[in-house]
Amino acid sequence: MNWEWQVFCKNTLDGEVMPRCFGSGGEITYLDWMLSAWGWTLSVSLLALLVALLFGSLMGILRTTPHRGLVLFGTAWTELFRNIPLLVQIFLWYHVLPALIPPLRAVPSFLLVVMGLGLFTSARISEQVRAGIQSLSRGQRMAGLALGFTLPQTYRYVLLPVAFRIIIPPLTSESMNIIKNSSVAFAVSISELTMFALQA
Amino acid sequence: MKRTLTLGLTLAAALAFAQPAAADTLAKIKSTGSVTMGVRESSGGLSFTVGDGKFAGFHVELCERALHDIQKQLGLPKLEIKYQPVTSQNRIPLMQNGTIDIECGSTTNNMARQKDVAFAVTTYVEEVRVAVKADSGINSLADLNGRTVATTTGTTSVQHLRKHERAHGIDFKEVYGKDHADSFLLLDGGRADAFVMDGQILAGNIAKSKNPADFKFLSEVLSVEPIAIMMRKDDPAFKKAVDDSLKALMKSGEIAKIYDKYFMQPIPPANKPIGLPASEATKAAWANPNDKPMEEYAKK
Repeated sequence: MNWEWQVFCKNTLDGEVMPRCFGSGGEITYLDWMLSAWGWTLSVSLLALLVALLFGSLMGILRTTPHRGLVLFGTAWTELFRNIPLLVQIFLWYHVLPALIPPLRAVPSFLLVVMGLGLFTSARISEQVRAGIQSLSRGQRMAGLALGFTLPQTYRYVLLPVAFRIIIPPLTSESMNIIKNSSVAFAVSISELTMFALQA
Repeated sequence: MKRTLTLGLTLAAALAFAQPAAADTLAKIKSTGSVTMGVRESSGGLSFTVGDGKFAGFHVELCERALHDIQKQLGLPKLEIKYQPVTSQNRIPLMQNGTIDIECGSTTNNMARQKDVAFAVTTYVEEVRVAVKADSGINSLADLNGRTVATTTGTTSVQHLRKHERAHGIDFKEVYGKDHADSFLLLDGGRADAFVMDGQILAGNIAKSKNPADFKFLSEVLSVEPIAIMMRKDDPAFKKAVDDSLKALMKSGEIAKIYDKYFMQPIPPANKPIGLPASEATKAAWANPNDKPMEEYAKK
């Protein structure tokens, strides 16, 4: 079987080969489609990863503090976002929440997916951050506090630098997962890779 | 599960013995006393299952009538009709290898397919149309400028609209549903301002919605596709028998009554009517029976 590379230079409407492989003036080639699909996939994934790291670390840290209320909040957050299937969460963000909160209707579906995917992943990252911090010996925290650091300072200068180094492997696999999971963006009609695979 | 298995085995057998079947369907029907009809499980009012291995629909009934006429013509005391569900992907191979003798679903008659199979006279003309919310203020295709248009992934409908867009210089955003129900939800939920699809599918979805009065069609038709009953190629005697039977139904006006039964009266499973009166193009096809492919419709 010989693969025709020219297919990428073809116009998606009538299949004519375009001179520079890129369409212009309303013409779109398959290469244009591929590039836009990669673009959407990567932007959804990277922005969602940012949201996930931010909220995930915060919730993970809260779950290891000595305050019961904060621990409860962090745990509730993690359990909520971890136990609802991702596709359902995306559906809720896209179809249900805007129906309940009218201003959300003006928010582009792209941002809703970034939030949905980001918060879903934040639950997983929160679990990893908590495990990382709890894997340190109790003495570290006590030593930090004994040195006269406040609790936030203990976290900032003693616990987190070590904990984050420990959890780098699971965090890496989570950031790869988020690229795979970004395929659910197709469910809210963002034209990413899955969608173009079906379209062609 | 069992049916899937049967279908899978049929397909496997079909692939193993993929040789042209004897192109004399009438003789085959006469000698076996049975005929196999290819049907679709959900092609709107054209062909659908009513459960328990039974099928109904506009094209299914037309086929049954034609086969009844053929039974009389052949002088058979009894003709057994076997129903075989087919899909968009396997209907043409199953026809070519003789697994089914006549296909009564929703197959578009076009030039590419005429190389492989034959079509009876066109009995239904599908129109690709645009549905919008009744209160959206959109009254023509030009009003779609700057709006969001939904369609279903993998269908040809959006191509028609994009061609139109290029020709008329209007600009719109496209969103894609993964199936027809999903696309309709985009329109219903206000995520899209319009939904472009086959008129029959649009009408069916609107009929099933909570408040059908909320939606309307734009008057413009983006494309027309003749849908016809499919048969094996190079079997003029069988095609003539089917055509004659259909032409008689068209001449007597009976066909309009059958159409009414499936498109205007409540049908299962929801027991709601599709509510799509026969289009001008469909009526024209009934008035002047022909088996022209889609390309010739596009010309005019």
